[in-house]
Order: sequence, then structure tokens, then C-alpha cells
Amino acid sequence: MATTVTTMTSANQADTHTAGHYTTTGLDSRKIAIWAFIGSECMLFTSLISTYLIYKGRSLVGPFPHEVWRDPSTGHVFKPILNIPVTSASTFVLLMSSLCMVLAHNAVVNADNPQKSLINNSKLWLAMTAILGATFLGFQAYEFTSFVHEGLTIRTNLFGSSFFTLTGFHGGHVTAGVIWLLALLAIDLKRGLRPSDALAVDLAALYWHFVDVVWIVIFTLVYLIQ
Amino acid sequence: MANPPSANPVAAQAAHDAHQAAHGDHPTAGTYVKVGVVLTAITVLEVWAYYVPSLVAARGLFISILLTLSAIKFVTVVMFYMHLKYDHKLFRALFTGPFIVASLTLIGLMFLFGKLAVRLGLLA
Repeated sequence: MATTVTTMTSANQADTHTAGHYTTTGLDSRKIAIWAFIGSECMLFTSLISTYLIYKGRSLVGPFPHEVWRDPSTGHVFKPILNIPVTSASTFVLLMSSLCMVLAHNAVVNADNPQKSLINNSKLWLAMTAILGATFLGFQAYEFTSFVHEGLTIRTNLFGSSFFTLTGFHGGHVTAGVIWLLALLAIDLKRGLRPSDALAVDLAALYWHFVDVVWIVIFTLVYLIQ
Repeated sequence: MANPPSANPVAAQAAHDAHQAAHGDHPTAGTYVKVGVVLTAITVLEVWAYYVPSLVAARGLFISILLTLSAIKFVTVVMFYMHLKYDHKLFRALFTGPFIVASLTLIGLMFLFGKLAVRLGLLA
């Protein structure tokens, strides 16, 4: 028994430089924590999506997401408020940012590879991910601004309240992700990210992909299903 | 220096788990790019479906197609980009557990507020 414990300890110590401290599961606590956090975030976004779906079609006044509405008091006609081409572009941008993120992680894992190539440039992929994330936020700012100009605010109707809350929370998560990515990029520029930093990048990547996955659901349920 | 992995199965498993925790058996960059192309293609398909009036008119079919495509994208990102296909099963449990609870809550709320019940013809 003692021999087994000793052997296990030495086997774990062999990977101490990458796996962090010893845990009973053999898994790094930080990675378990981020998955538990993502699990809790699932609950949060489900509550927001549920609220949106429950209130869908129950607004008494427009503008509406997919239908034309004529204000009976002023006679003003409001066109459907959702701009599918713009949102499709922003969805594509977020998907590509996920691709860049996974390539950034791959580049950090292979940082010791003597063969230098574009695919192994972690700085490039981290910067690209942050830029694409910021571009997505730009699209969202444009969308929110145009909605307000067209007469839809968070106080206009049930659709406005649930829509701005849901997409606003998602935008907040994207903003936090961009800040996290910029911090990683700053570290990479300062001292370079090594394979021993792969877990740190992995944690950011898991968060970023989760944000992407949430948008996949929002895009379908909020924007495409009429 | 660590013992050779074959010397002791328990030690080999511990070493494998520690290695897995640190690195995982991740796919190559080429696989990631291919997955990105598939995700883009599915997104194009979704947006195309939105602009086909006959498909939108067939409400049940339209919603089923969009939900299926969305689910495929969701699973693809989680499995490949989040490495759940390759990582330890504890991570899978930490994600799928809350996800199942969340999904059941969503379905329950939809029934509670009549949305699904009306759509499935359970209410008059």
C-alpha cells in the first residue's frame, strides 16, 4: 500500500510543472472550478432564456421582433425590429473568435515546438480572438442603439425588457471575456506563454467557448424562430 | 524520476490522469479549422432557412430544423472546442448535470405557461 502511494505521488510529481498541486481526483482544482462555474452559468442563462420565451408574443404594444406594428394613437408604422443580416454577421464573428481561441490554446500547448509557423503563434490568435470579441460587442452596441432610435427600449414592452436583459447579460459576459483575453495577451507579450501556462489559457478558452455556445442558443431562439 | 507507466497499473492511471488534466488528448489545428468550417456552414443553413417563406410557413418543421441545427452546433462546440469529448468524465458530469436540470426547468416552465402545451395540441 505504502509502495503504491509512493509510486502514485512520484507519478503525479512528474507532471507537477503542468498539473499544479496534488489533488485526490488527479485533476486540477482550477479546471474543476471553471466547469462548475460554467454549469452554474447554464442555470443563469436558462432562467433568462425561459423568461424571454414566456413573455414572447405577450407584448401589448410594439415594436415587435418579427411583425409590423401600427401605433393606433399616432398611426406610425413600426417595421419588425430584428435585423437578421447584421446579427448573422455578428454570430459568424463570434464563431470565428471561438476558432481563434482554440488555435491560441493549441499554440500555447505546442509553444516548445521548434517549428515556428503562423498556426503556432499564440499572440496572433489571442489578439484575433480579442478583436473578434470586441467586434461582436460593436455589433451589439449598434443593434441596441438602432433599437432605441426605432422606439424600443428596456421599458417599452415585455419583449424589450426580456430581450435587453438577456442579450445585455450575454454582452456583459463577452466584455469580461475580452478583458480576460487582453490580460492573457499582455502576459504573452511580456514573457511569452509556455506549455506550463496551457491550463491558464484553457480556463479562459472554456469560458469563451461557453459564451459562444450561449449565443448559438440565443441566435436560434430569439432571432430566427418567429 | 517517475516509474515507467507499465510498472504499476495504478501509477500508470494516476500518471495518465495527471497528464490528461494538464494536456488532454486534444485534436490538431487542422481538426479545429474543419470544425469551424462545419459551424459556419450550419449557420449559413440556419439563416437561409429563415429566408425561405414556404419553410417558415410550415411552422413545426421550421422550428424543428432550427432547433436541430442549433443543437448540432452546440454539441460540436462543447465536444471539440471545449474538449469535453477528450477530457475527464468528471468535467462532462459537471457540465451535463446542470445542463440537464436547466433544460428540464425550461421545458417545465414552457408547459407551465402553456407555450409547449398549446403547440403540441395538449390544450384546446
